Amino acid sequence: MADASTNLKSLLPPAELQRPPVVENNRGLGWLTDKLSAFAEGKIPLWWWAFFLPSAFCATVILPFCLFYQVTTGVGVWGNNHPVMWGLDIVNFIWWVGVAHAGTLISALLFLTRQHWRTTIGRMAEAMTVFSVMMAGLYPAIHVGRAWFDWFMFPVPNSNGNWPQFRSPLMWDVFAVNTYVMVSMLFWFMGMIPDFAVLRDRSTTRIRKGIFSFLAMGWTGSANQWHHYEKAYVVLCGLCTLLVFTVSSIVGLDFCTAQIAGWHATIFPLYFVIGAVFCGFGMVLVLLIPLRKWCGLQDIITLSHIDKVAKLALVSGLIIDYIYAMEFFIAWYSGDTYERWVFGHRLFGHTYMVLGWMLIGINVLVTQLLWFKKIRSNLAALFIIGVLINIGMWTERFVIVVGSLYQEFLPANWGKYKPTIWDVGIYVGTLGTFFMLYLLFVKFLPMIAISEVKGATPQGNPHHPLGGAKGGRH
Amino acid sequence: MAEFDSPAAILTAAKQVRAAGYRRWDIFTPFPIHGIDKVMGLKNSLVGWFSLAMGGGAFLSGMGLLWFTNAFDYPLIVGGKPMYSIPMSFVPSYILMVMGGAIGALVGMLALNQLPRLHHPLFNSERFALVSRDKFLLVIGANDDQFSTVETRKLLESIGGKHIELVEED
Repeated sequence: MADASTNLKSLLPPAELQRPPVVENNRGLGWLTDKLSAFAEGKIPLWWWAFFLPSAFCATVILPFCLFYQVTTGVGVWGNNHPVMWGLDIVNFIWWVGVAHAGTLISALLFLTRQHWRTTIGRMAEAMTVFSVMMAGLYPAIHVGRAWFDWFMFPVPNSNGNWPQFRSPLMWDVFAVNTYVMVSMLFWFMGMIPDFAVLRDRSTTRIRKGIFSFLAMGWTGSANQWHHYEKAYVVLCGLCTLLVFTVSSIVGLDFCTAQIAGWHATIFPLYFVIGAVFCGFGMVLVLLIPLRKWCGLQDIITLSHIDKVAKLALVSGLIIDYIYAMEFFIAWYSGDTYERWVFGHRLFGHTYMVLGWMLIGINVLVTQLLWFKKIRSNLAALFIIGVLINIGMWTERFVIVVGSLYQEFLPANWGKYKPTIWDVGIYVGTLGTFFMLYLLFVKFLPMIAISEVKGATPQGNPHHPLGGAKGGRH
Repeated sequence: MAEFDSPAAILTAAKQVRAAGYRRWDIFTPFPIHGIDKVMGLKNSLVGWFSLAMGGGAFLSGMGLLWFTNAFDYPLIVGGKPMYSIPMSFVPSYILMVMGGAIGALVGMLALNQLPRLHHPLFNSERFALVSRDKFLLVIGANDDQFSTVETRKLLESIGGKHIELVEED
């Protein structure tokens, strides 16, 4: 036996190459189950109410009020007017789609690349995706001005005998965003089925048992079920990964098929995908860090996981910085007067200069802080950086949308754009709705993939000594 | 029905039950056990085919829809481009393919697992609730040719099963 364990040790890679454990302090399967379902089963803590009530107010009072006024009066209540026809509505649309993307990237792409640490944060990231795509979908629906004609966007046979025009990327957007909402919800729901079964089996009251039995749909966890489930999961992950690269690309195409200087560039699809992912990682940091602390998940969402999220934010941030540099370079290199004008005015035009420099300051300079291990292990600093990334990426979308529109080819057409209270109201409303839904998810649904985390621990590995294997081999 | 404490124990037990010649048996675990497919002789899951069929169908219907709406039923001239072309119809069809594929995967998974099924005879056993926590169950069906209340219990005991019990169907 002694020989066997020394042999086993000599087989392990050197310490610096070993992966940090997914769950710290060597927790057992039973402990994990109790811990991960505790929050969904326990009493509602005070902090939850403190965040829930204001968010619910934004969601149920401010948002419906602003929407009612906007829909009944018209898009004129916003600051949008010639020449800036796309204002905060489109800025926020892109921003919300962007927030969604990191969730899909974490849960799908990292699954395909077999990153076990994703099991602990995947579910929370997926929920972020589902809720933020919902918020994104709201904007185009009201931006059309007459929301009761939204059905024109779908290929529905109608008495006019006409159909949507499918050559426009705006039309592709309709399909892309709807698919994204649906697929991310399916993926999220399917991932939760085994965890609904966990909550069902633990439930003490009849109502709880009824609800979770219904949601778990009779899941038993037999080898056959897991077999089909794993296959379906891989397929869904593959499809979701495709969506990460498609949805924002199509949003990017909305811009680059236009002739406007500052939009008409082939880099846009990639630009929007990476920007989306970068912004989403910011949001993941903002959501994870407080929840980890308040829900007592320090052993499960370890510092090493947060460090990895920060590294991914750094990588996507660096690609974004490269794209900024390319944009400016190509504007200069093209020799096109209008391009040069637009890009010059992003940084030195008096109207939106502050935003241009905010963009550089946050997305280029603040991102570089993530190079340092000290910063990546400092949760307060990461939280602030996460918030800043979100602000920075929002600014970027504003600079792209408004910054290119307000001074177009004819100086006679120049104008300025200022959001009105209704623009801001709807944005605040969607933020509130997002956080309200997220808090409800955290409290009432399994916020961490219980079965996936258990499967990723050494205790869950039949070939590991902690999983009961003798001599390390089986 | 017998209970085991670790994934390795259930894997060994499954091998022994298979070696003993039983055919109608299954294991119930809180998470997928690596390597069980081979032990139980499970074939590649058909979920992928469901997904392919739905995704492929959605892709082709997307192409058809675009041809029908923009080139056949109401020919639309935009910028002097052809009425129907691959580049313009690829993207929406591709998106539809993703949607179809995803629905196919979920529906396929549920169909192959015969879900939703709100009741299962095993739910009658109190210890079955522990499967979703940290226990690993091996169940041998009474409809197995080799099943006998005495012999099967002996086998389960000899391979280290605990809390062996007989679960009745309703």
